[in-house]
This record gives sequence, C-alpha cells and structure tokens, in this order.
Amino acid sequence: MNHPLPPETSLEPLAPGLRLPESDRKEFSAEAIAEIQAIMAKYPEKLAATLPALHIAQREFGFVSLAAMKAVAKAIGIPEGHVFGVATFYTMYQKAPVGKYHFSVCTNISCALRGAAQLLEKVCEKTGVKPGAGPSPDGMWSVEEVECLAGCGLAPCIQVNHDVYDELVDEQKLIEVMEACKRGEYRPWAQ
Amino acid sequence: MAAIRTKRDPQTYTFPGFGSEKFPNLMLRGAGDLDNWHLKVYEQKHEGYVAMKAALKMEPVAVTEEVKASGIRGRGGAGFPAGLKWSFMPKDTADRKFTRYLVCNGDEGEPGTFKDRVILEYNPHQLIEGMIIAGWAMQCQIGYVYIRGEFLWLIEKLEAALQQARDAGYLGKNILGTGWDFDILVHRGAGAYICGEETALLNSLEGRRGEPRVKPPFPAARGAFGQPTTINNVETLAAVPPILRMGGAEYAKIGTPKNTGTRIFGVSGHIKRPGIYELPLGTPMNFLVEELAGGSSTGKKIKAIIPGGASAPMFDAKDFDCPLDFDVMKSRGSMAGSGGLIVMDEDTCMVQATLRLIRFYAHESCGQCTPCREGCNWLEMILYRIEHGEGRMEDLDLIASLTPRIGLRTLCPLGDAACGPMDSALQKFRHEFEHHITHKTCYTTGSRLLSTVGSH
Repeated sequence: MNHPLPPETSLEPLAPGLRLPESDRKEFSAEAIAEIQAIMAKYPEKLAATLPALHIAQREFGFVSLAAMKAVAKAIGIPEGHVFGVATFYTMYQKAPVGKYHFSVCTNISCALRGAAQLLEKVCEKTGVKPGAGPSPDGMWSVEEVECLAGCGLAPCIQVNHDVYDELVDEQKLIEVMEACKRGEYRPWAQ
Repeated sequence: MAAIRTKRDPQTYTFPGFGSEKFPNLMLRGAGDLDNWHLKVYEQKHEGYVAMKAALKMEPVAVTEEVKASGIRGRGGAGFPAGLKWSFMPKDTADRKFTRYLVCNGDEGEPGTFKDRVILEYNPHQLIEGMIIAGWAMQCQIGYVYIRGEFLWLIEKLEAALQQARDAGYLGKNILGTGWDFDILVHRGAGAYICGEETALLNSLEGRRGEPRVKPPFPAARGAFGQPTTINNVETLAAVPPILRMGGAEYAKIGTPKNTGTRIFGVSGHIKRPGIYELPLGTPMNFLVEELAGGSSTGKKIKAIIPGGASAPMFDAKDFDCPLDFDVMKSRGSMAGSGGLIVMDEDTCMVQATLRLIRFYAHESCGQCTPCREGCNWLEMILYRIEHGEGRMEDLDLIASLTPRIGLRTLCPLGDAACGPMDSALQKFRHEFEHHITHKTCYTTGSRLLSTVGSH
C-alpha cells in the first residue's frame, strides 16, 4: 500500500541520546543548584523536583541538552535514564537550540478557523526560519508549531518565549511584535 | 521577580444583564480589572475571604455537606459531583498516618477552552480561597496547583498572590487560630495535554512521565505520593467561595435541578464576539452563540458547533437549541466537557477540521495504551490520505471499524476523546468525506485538495 507520510515532523522518534545536539555548558551554576535544593524541599519525594529542575536547566543551558539532563540527575540524585525519559516526554523541553525569541504558533482548530496556517506561513517568511528547524543564523528567531495555547478567544494566537500571548490577525501586528522583540521589550528565551 | 503582565485582554467578559439575578456573576467578578489579583482589592471589592472565615468556624464535615447541597458538578469535563468527591477522602481526620493532599488541576489544554486562564489572570485569590475552604473540609495538609507550563506569567502572578495570602495569615501554620496548617504550592507542567487527566497529572506532579495510572486505587485512596488526594478543576475550586457565601441551597437554585450553578463558557472560531461568558447551566446554546456572541463572524451560516472542547462530538444545525448542561447534552450524543464552544461556518471543510483535531490527539497520546497510540495515528494517516485526494471509499468503513476499537479500550479517556469528533463528523458530514474521495475536490469550496488546514 502506498500511504502518504503524515505531515508532522515532530512525531519522528527522538534519536538516541548521543545524536542530540550538545550544549556548550556542562554544569549548573551554584545559584541554580541552590534553587533546585529549595524546590526539593517543597515535595515529600526528591523525584518530584524533576520537572522544575528541567525548567531551570532549560533556562541555564538554553535548551535541554544531554549534559543538562545529566546535570539535573546529578543535582537531584536520581537516575539519568529517568530524567531522559521525562525530558523527552514533555514537549516544552526543547531538545535542540532555539533562538533568542522563540515563536510558538498555535495551529489547532480554533486558531486554524481564524487563519493560523496563513499566520504560521507569515511568521516563517518574516523570520526566515522553518518550524522546528532551529534558530535563524543570527540566533534571533526560531519558530515552532504548537498545540492549543488556551488563547482560543484571541485566535490566531502566538506566544513569544514564555511571556506574551497576542491576538494576531494581520501582518502589521506581527511586525509590531517582532520590532518589540528587537527593542528588547520581551524577556529573551534563556532568562 | 519578573513583571506581572499588565496588558488587557481584548476578550469580552460582560453582556447586557450580566450580574443580575438571571445571570449571576459568581466566577468572573473583577474580570478585566488588572488590579484584582491584589489581596486588598479582592477583599474590599468582591467580599474576598468572607466565605473562608465563615468556613473555618464550621465543622469540616459541615463544609462538605454545604458543597454537596449546592449540587455543583466538576467543571473539568466529566461533571462528577464535587461534594461527593470530597467525601471519598478517608473519614478519620485525626489519623496522622496519612498526609492529605488537595490538587488543583490547571492544566488547561483542551482546544477551545480558555476559562481557567481568565480565573488565574484576574481572580487568583478566589481560587486560593476556594482551595483553603476545600483543604479545610478535607483537612488536607498541602495543596498543589498544577498549571500548564505555557502559563508562566500566570504562575508568577499566582505565586505573588499566594505570598500575599501567607502574609495575611490565611496560609501557613495555625491559620486564623484554628490550629490547622495548610499551604499551597505551585507546580509547573511542561506541555503535555494528557496531564489534564487526573492520574497522569499526579504522575507528572511526582516528577514522572505523564502517563495515566490504572484505577482503582482511586486518588482518594492512593493519589499524590501514595497518599489520599482530591483533584479538582480550577473552576470548581473557584466556585466554592460563592457557594459558601450564598449557601448551598441558594446556589442550587441557579441553573437546572441536576445541573446547578453557573459555568464559564468560552466561545471561539467563526464568531463575532469570541470570548468568555458566564451563564447558568441549562442556558440554550443558540442563545449564547446568536444573542451574546453575535452569531457568525463571516456572515455565512453556522454549520457545526463543537460544544464542550475539542473532545466533544460535534453538533449540526438541528441540535443548536441544546441546553448547555451535562445531562441533556449527553442524551443528544455529545458532552458538556470543558465548556469551550468552537463554532464553524458553512465554508469550513469538515475533513480538514477533523484531520486537525485527530492530529492533535495523535500528537498528544501518551503512548501507553496501544489502541490509542496506534489508532489515533492511523486515523490521522487515513484522514490525511482523504484530505490529499488519495482516499478510497473503503477508507470510510475502515474509520468506522477503527473507532470502536479505540473507545473505552484505554486507561484514560483520551482515546474516547479522539473518537468523539471523528465519529460525529463522519456521521453528520459523511457527504463531505465522500465528495473528497470521489471528486478529488473540496465539497465546501470546490478547490483542489492539498496542503495545510485553512488554505482552501
């Protein structure tokens, strides 16, 4: 049978650990270790600190690299394999470098009905990057196609890093957001 | 501490008559007011923490009874009576061998649903107050709020609000002289829709992959960290303070007898005034869509409505008068779900829309149960084939034979959720699928078939 391939590249299984992109950084900073220790105190079991620690790792390392996963395992004192399993399960942990401003474009049904596909095309055109294909050469932009961002009433909506949702209907608004990024009005990715 | 967002949502929150006796405003008090997350504003303007102070003077059992009397049903999707859920916790509250947990489910990921976000944005203290009351009723020691990872600015806001509550002595040791210790901690998710399922959420809270657990044991017996746990939706917990303020019996008078109280509905899609509307349960759907939300935004007739978040089977025009409640909707073949209405006009290609929905479930399936993991992917591939003009007539029978093999054969309802839109679309809009297969063009627009959603 000749089936066309499914459209989504993000469904491809993640390559085994060694083929993941590697980060420059290898260890947590002292502050991050202290932060993780404080988080561990919030829970009755140390394993529960895995998710928050991975968020911290993403902030420190820029993305969740293999070294970041190892550092998390070491900081909490849990098996590296467990951290790898968790990090690859959740989509918000970026397993490859992203730009300083990471655009998440929702293309789910509510947004799609109001032109999310066209918006995604426009975002790609303006930033010059493809969804999920890593940052632009200057390291400024990256684009990702995501599932519902709970901004359905503001559709089509995008998220810039972890901060801002916006009602984005036209090109003009998109240009404004990108200008604001260039001026540094939004928090950059790794902060 | 990062800046707390100060940009106003362009969403609508109010309509003529909102706040009157007919359309009481219980959940959206202060919506649109960006200062409302301050404890002082909440206390001064919105009777904040009045219900909590009253509840702490009552016996814990009496608080549960009050919530039972209100008849409130869980707002997360399943509609299970909240008071009954609370009473499943171990009765002997003096027994210290357990730590009791209260978990608030704020992993709002259902496409079309954006109600919890509004509560967290404008009214975090009402949620905190509701959690303290629920914690008192079940004598919990710790409350966790699980919020989806994308809501970072809301997490920062909630953390700040929690600190205000701690400073006021509403959280911490010996709350208001009762001798009861309770604190609320925030846990940030990391972008998995499946973590909205309660046992998957517990796994995620414990730092594992968000895979649903086998039930029983139910969370009330063995939940977070192996201890008795109750999980409620953000909206359910935020409804608790109004219930205690007005009394359970009074609250039960709102809505219909089996579906009491108000609920927040989100309207999105091809609609003139998309946004959040708080209405008593049992309000007819066409009143919300036509009168309040202004009808279709494109000027075309509305073809289909998904009435309860993406997982709910679609309604076509003959069911638009359905009352928005749990029971009637179920009897008409859909479900009230999470209260997100997605409106689609005549020009929407149902094949594309269904493909987009199924792609979501294929992407979000946790991969634990084979019927869901494989079935959703196959549904996606078959629909993709039809959408791209390579479909065959027997594909429709294949789909019809696939869905009963997914539904009710998995640990959690995600598989069933994928079957809801698929079955209903195929049943109600079969001619569109057939047109795609036989004519190799789109039924609604007549254009040739190709590429991404929304392009034809």
